[in-house]
Amino acid sequence: MTHLLEVQDLVVKFGLRSGDLTALNGINFTLDPGERMGLVGESGAGKSVAGFSIINLISKPGFIASGRVLFEGEEISAYPLEQMRGIRGNRISMIFQDPMMTLNPVLTIGTQMVETILAHNRISTAHAREIALEKLSKVYISSPGKRLGQYPHELSGGMRQRVVIAISLLTNPSLIIADEPTTALDVTIQAEVMALLLELCKNEHMGLILITHDLGVVSQVTEKICVMYAGRIVEQGPTESIVTNPRHPYTRGLIQALPQGGGGRGRLHQIPGMMPNLTSIPPGCAFHPRCEHTMDICRSKAPQLFGDSETPGLVACHLYAQAR
Amino acid sequence: MTDSKSLVRISNVVKHFDISGGFLDRISFSGGRPSLTTTTVKALNDVSLDITQGEILSVVGESGCGKSTLGRTVLGLYPPTSGEIAFRDTRIDNLSARQMLPYRRKMQMVFQDPYASLNPRMTVRQILEEPTSFHFPDLSRSQVQDKVAEVMRQVGVDPAWAGRYPHEFSGGQRQRISIARALMVDPEFIVADEPISALDVSIQAQILNLIMDCQERFGLTYMFITHDLSVVEHISTRVAVMYLGTLCELADKKNLYGEPQHPYSRALLSAIPRLGSKGFSHMRLKGEVPTPINLPPGCVFHTRCPFTEERCRREIPALRTLPNGSRAACHALEEGRI
Repeated sequence: MTHLLEVQDLVVKFGLRSGDLTALNGINFTLDPGERMGLVGESGAGKSVAGFSIINLISKPGFIASGRVLFEGEEISAYPLEQMRGIRGNRISMIFQDPMMTLNPVLTIGTQMVETILAHNRISTAHAREIALEKLSKVYISSPGKRLGQYPHELSGGMRQRVVIAISLLTNPSLIIADEPTTALDVTIQAEVMALLLELCKNEHMGLILITHDLGVVSQVTEKICVMYAGRIVEQGPTESIVTNPRHPYTRGLIQALPQGGGGRGRLHQIPGMMPNLTSIPPGCAFHPRCEHTMDICRSKAPQLFGDSETPGLVACHLYAQAR
Repeated sequence: MTDSKSLVRISNVVKHFDISGGFLDRISFSGGRPSLTTTTVKALNDVSLDITQGEILSVVGESGCGKSTLGRTVLGLYPPTSGEIAFRDTRIDNLSARQMLPYRRKMQMVFQDPYASLNPRMTVRQILEEPTSFHFPDLSRSQVQDKVAEVMRQVGVDPAWAGRYPHEFSGGQRQRISIARALMVDPEFIVADEPISALDVSIQAQILNLIMDCQERFGLTYMFITHDLSVVEHISTRVAVMYLGTLCELADKKNLYGEPQHPYSRALLSAIPRLGSKGFSHMRLKGEVPTPINLPPGCVFHTRCPFTEERCRREIPALRTLPNGSRAACHALEEGRI
């Protein structure tokens, strides 16, 4: 079986006057058809760049320096712009954080939806409207016919994000990349929208890459997780094993830093320091200045992702390499 | 209801904002005659609660529920439309600016966005010195500087950096400076309005720990405004749940998270994304939050509540004490229907 998506040694750099800045430093992962994956990390970890680079949405001065992206077996990272347009918003859809920024404020919902369909299919406008109506009812929008004539500002935040999801479904994509889709929403609305996204992915057998900093949401929706730190994947594996048995000290720190239920009121675990700036990534393991298990080797040699037979998943940490 | 331990008492506070705009915006024609209309946002409707000395009272609710308005009204940043606010049994909402001064020192605020709440053209030293020399004019310059260094150390910012500007610090460091600014005048009560929402998870933990440390070390009382329910569960003593400008439930943290009473609290708590939970089992609410310009009659929550009956549409429920000690405003609970 070919993978739905295969990312190989992807490196993204930003060309600055002072020299190139490495935002993404050789990441690898695969996604099977219908599989849901979370890309987790704090701001500056490179998770959004990773998501965007899959469909080459990196704008200047950023560029993909090396590596390959294979989608359904085709090397889409080598596609010229024209051909890439056939993929973007068609076979791979993207959902962004703020629906107010994603939707065009001066066009009605209907116009925006029909426009998207006609960009990828040669069908009549009337047929396109039918498809738009069908997708709006799929995301549980009440009276979809009326919504087609409305402008984005007439809808609430949760409703707008549903419209954005409906738009992403218009061309029946096989992969959706969602970048912090619920960060701008309230907690009850967030639950509704995420439940909807989960249901759609299951029913339509779509792959999902969920980019977020919220480990709670990731554990509800995804089957596997990649944890990113300073432009690298530091740990990846099945969601359940990462959440219950994190191995990389950064993943462990992230999870322990979350206030857990159960009423305890002790001090929260805190990771000292902060995510390094891309201009000054420490040598060796980028996490070593904040890690409580730093050894000599961590300062000089960057650890590679590796796995062992006992635990599922991969981890990039010298602690485990030694134990081996 | 005079409780000697109560530090801040909010009684029947109502806050309406007039958003009618200018004269021309207000003119409307009905039946051929021009008339002037007034549009008001009903941000707070009859909110009463006591904040006890030494506690962290969290106010939770979704955007637009009036939690920030409540915090600002308590500090006197907005005058209440009606109702009273008392600090240590002294009414403070009707004081003149001059009379209010000693209370301003005792009540401080930490804002959400540390990028917006620190003046970018002042150094950290200036930011911290200004409130101190204003409220303590008797202190000498060197005493003020000693205090700046001491407070900076307490919040975990190296005093050697006092000459730097806010933009030279990270988000977490800036929030520490905001907290330091509040601490400079030895306050007794701090309103923290979403102090960690703009920060990353690992930094959030640092700031929450700092907030709890300060509470212990200086015996501070907090009103902690947030929408993050797992943070509330960690740090609060009591929690007030608000919906559309109304207090739905006021309960000890254990009671609220153990057995939430009000239907809205139940829905809110069931929607928290928990680590390690698979899929969704949240309680679904129908519809959307109504606008605070046209409040629904009766219970404000009745348009979305699964337990609505005729009485809910007609009569505003009062806050009542329930058998488990929580207080909730709900007809269904009072009648024993749920």
